[in-house]
Amino acid sequence: MWRSPLCTPEPRPVSMPISLFRIDDRLVHGQVVVGWGQPLKVGFIVLADDDVAAEEWEQELYRMGVPPNVDVYFSTVADAARALERYSSDARPGVLLTGTIDAMLRLVRAAPRGAVRSVNIGGIHHRDDRAQKLRYVFLTAQEEDELRALAESGVTVTAQDVPSAHAVPLSDILSGAQA
Amino acid sequence: MADESQTPAHLPRRAIVTGHGAFPEGLVSAVQQITGRGEMLVAFSNAGLGREEIEAGLRSWIENVRASVIFTDLPGGSATLAARRVLRDQPTLTIVTGANLATLVDFVFADDSMSAADAAAHAAERGRVALATVHA
Repeated sequence: MWRSPLCTPEPRPVSMPISLFRIDDRLVHGQVVVGWGQPLKVGFIVLADDDVAAEEWEQELYRMGVPPNVDVYFSTVADAARALERYSSDARPGVLLTGTIDAMLRLVRAAPRGAVRSVNIGGIHHRDDRAQKLRYVFLTAQEEDELRALAESGVTVTAQDVPSAHAVPLSDILSGAQA
Repeated sequence: MADESQTPAHLPRRAIVTGHGAFPEGLVSAVQQITGRGEMLVAFSNAGLGREEIEAGLRSWIENVRASVIFTDLPGGSATLAARRVLRDQPTLTIVTGANLATLVDFVFADDSMSAADAAAHAAERGRVALATVHA
């Protein structure tokens, strides 16, 4: 159909980068689905976890925790890195989750350069070999090194459990001053 | 002296209330204030706990108090997901998501002749009915 150049063009979906790259050992849960999902108007969640990607029952469990208007894509870390461009061409805001720092570091290293600009630490909880850094962040020495490696690859790393909280920069996380 | 041969079905009905922040403690406290039957419930918060710790905590409480019902807050919350993992190998459990005070009050007053699963189902329906909007 011919359209006058003076006509207002049809609105077209605009692609957007993933809104939130988050490390959270609980993966899909209330803070992600409600706390971040609602204000960001999230349309899809990418759960990049090698174990969950191999386990249909786990996928079904997480799918049940998400509202029906939000898609959940289960993927290995390597596949998620390869698919980042496709996820970013989606017009809907999306969240990409990993359960560990190691998984996020692998994803960043495998992804096209600059595809991941910032990473949010949402929750890494207590374990005997971890030291407390924040109320919701506990780290081993190796995990500290992995976070430094993320930063050295050009990614801005902050900790922030919910959107209304202050984003804590990596230097303050590692210092443990706010533990 | 307690009869060791008793099955959980013959023991006093017990349930775990779990969820975010002070939600469990708050609800159990309110049940105690209203009914005096708060001892039928155990409060277990997921605050500060990882996936494995939440699941381990639920398993521990189920064993310790022989709970047969788990009440949770958000259907997609980490406490509910952990409860569902427990349910996988303990299929006699019943999970009620979206629990509120009306749910729990109904549960602790359920007739002793009801099974825990029936009492939980009845309580869930009562909680559903209690949700209402009120206008002037």
